[in-house]
Amino acid sequence: MNFADTGNMASLAPLAVVLPILGAALTFVLIRHSRAQRAVSIGLLALTLLLECLLLASVWDGGTTAVTIGGWLPPWGIVLVVDQFSSLMLVVSTVVSLAVLVYATGQGMADGDQDAPLSVFHPTYLILVAGVSNAFLTGDLFNLYVGFEILLTASYVLMTLGGTGPRIRAGVTYVVVSVVSSVLFLIAIAMIYGATGTVTMADLAIKLAELDPGTQTLLHVMLLVAFGIKAAVFPLSFWLPDSYPTAPAPVTAVFAGLLTKVGVYAMVRTETLLFPGENLNTPLMVAALLTMVVGILGAIAQSDIKRLLSFTLVSHIGYMVFGLAMSSIAGLGAAMFYVAHHITIQTSLFLVTGLIERRGGSSSIDRLGGLAKLSPVLALLFFVPGMNLAGIPPFSGFLGKVGLMQAGVSLGTPLAIVLVVGGVVTSLLTLLAIARVWNRAFWRKPEDAEYPDPVLQRPGTVGMLPRTMVGSTAGLVLFGVALTVFAGPLFRVSDQAATEMLDRSSYIQAVLGDEAPVPPIPKTLPAEAVQDGGSK
Amino acid sequence: MSVNLTLLIVMGVLYACGIYLILERSLTRVLLGLMLLANATNLLILATGGYAGLAPLFDQDIPSEDYNDPLPQALILTSIVISFAVTAFMLGIIYRTWTLGRQDEIQDDVEDRRVARTPSFDAEDDADVPMETSEFPLTAVASPGTAAESDGETVTAGAKELSADTAALEESPGSRNVSRNINLEGGER
Repeated sequence: MNFADTGNMASLAPLAVVLPILGAALTFVLIRHSRAQRAVSIGLLALTLLLECLLLASVWDGGTTAVTIGGWLPPWGIVLVVDQFSSLMLVVSTVVSLAVLVYATGQGMADGDQDAPLSVFHPTYLILVAGVSNAFLTGDLFNLYVGFEILLTASYVLMTLGGTGPRIRAGVTYVVVSVVSSVLFLIAIAMIYGATGTVTMADLAIKLAELDPGTQTLLHVMLLVAFGIKAAVFPLSFWLPDSYPTAPAPVTAVFAGLLTKVGVYAMVRTETLLFPGENLNTPLMVAALLTMVVGILGAIAQSDIKRLLSFTLVSHIGYMVFGLAMSSIAGLGAAMFYVAHHITIQTSLFLVTGLIERRGGSSSIDRLGGLAKLSPVLALLFFVPGMNLAGIPPFSGFLGKVGLMQAGVSLGTPLAIVLVVGGVVTSLLTLLAIARVWNRAFWRKPEDAEYPDPVLQRPGTVGMLPRTMVGSTAGLVLFGVALTVFAGPLFRVSDQAATEMLDRSSYIQAVLGDEAPVPPIPKTLPAEAVQDGGSK
Repeated sequence: MSVNLTLLIVMGVLYACGIYLILERSLTRVLLGLMLLANATNLLILATGGYAGLAPLFDQDIPSEDYNDPLPQALILTSIVISFAVTAFMLGIIYRTWTLGRQDEIQDDVEDRRVARTPSFDAEDDADVPMETSEFPLTAVASPGTAAESDGETVTAGAKELSADTAALEESPGSRNVSRNINLEGGER
């Protein structure tokens, strides 16, 4: 196969959505045969991952390719757009979902839950993956809404799996908040269609610029609010720590990794493609600062590891919004790298928490102790992503944060400097929160815990940590380390992607043809920010 | 031709009622509110299609301005299907809440309430003389909670054997961990 021939490779892009849906259908048919179900879902997801790696390879050196669906040409039909950012997100998200799927399969096999309600897991999970892939690939605003709905509907089912009291309670909050954000998104789409007569994003990039500035701001704010709820940006983030921790460990892990990042991805597309320039950058920066600080202060107060991690998840969304709000090449590039890093690390931490819960009988740091002695492997698996999340050198979390800080300093506005300081403080407080978990759950003796769990008195880990679960977690932790090792090429790709996305001509012309006019960006960027972007 | 004013008024009323209802604590009312919001949005999409016109079945004799815009209708169809699925799921959840707890109310998060009640003082983090909780035996002897006993108990530290008292002294706050001090106090070589 010829990698240089991007057109041919990219025409396989629809398969990234079709294969998981096909897998969902097959696993639904095989609902009584759990072994076949596992083989089909893992096999098809691995195939999807292979395909997405080919997609990423085809756009690795830049360029954007659009695939029209069903022969309907844009701006009338639906297009899928493969560029560096979307294919990078696809690969990272599928690596993470594959690891979580293997973990969940291991957990299912260990606990022997072969009965009816949980066999729904495989089809639902694959539909979730299809929705995420669709949201990353699509070049059509309404199709983005459909992608969101596919993944949200699947996530409602996963969130309330088993139908226990706490999960139903959390599920109600989650469903209502998600539906409200979807309605807001749909209202925004309706208004955009009413104002411009199109929902193809490339076409919108041209037509939105011709609108009255007031109308533009209205549509811009509507979209940002809708995506802000999904991405859990500060004033709209309170649903997340309330609803994530009660779900089963693998489900929380995949939600934490992927769902909020799809919201961030949609925000990036809105800010770069639809509404370029610096219109709402100041409010976005303030929101980013508050997200970081309020989120991490919440994390410090928690005693349940899952809740603590949910709060750090909210807090670190702030870094991505910060990078996005700078709308400079360096900032956007660092934000993209940070998204890839954070998907991997946050998911691994939640998977490890699932293991901690199995070994220690609880996920509350008041009940845990001595895990470093009981299971050194578990301690290592927690320590590496934990330090990575806190941004300790040389891990990818450090590199991503340094990239953001550099971009902030080179932007040089007072607000950007405040955000840089806020980012450093948040990083330190994250270290504090992680160290608290480490000191209590791993370092102290089990007897010193406030209410030690009786299971801590049993020596060793025999039969408590299935090999598949530990193996998949270790694989994901290693993938996180690999992001550190290959940070150089990744930063090069994300900076290049940021350059192309801020320029927009590559995207618009890939969808609408080479003659399509590219409207100028309303207000030009500060010259030094553009210059600094290239030299990393 | 003009945009249908009745439709717009109906849309406004639906939005108002929907927003009022989702602010209630009863789950059934929240569900009704969500349904009203979804339908109001469908009317909004319909309104964006512009003036009413002929059904978009292509005929060469009809000029293109006379057709109705078919795209909003396709969008509405999709959104109706989605809101149908969500409504069915919400009904399932509400029924489950009812069978579990015999109540139709949004419940508070217990853990959240507990964290909010937790005092800011934490014995392990904030006590003046911090309680020692390390895995190492030396410090375990020195911890003030366990009142080290000195009758002949010894502790192996590195290559040396120390009496428990000396070891505790060495680990206490302010100690410089110098073995010379221990030798002066008569510890074994």
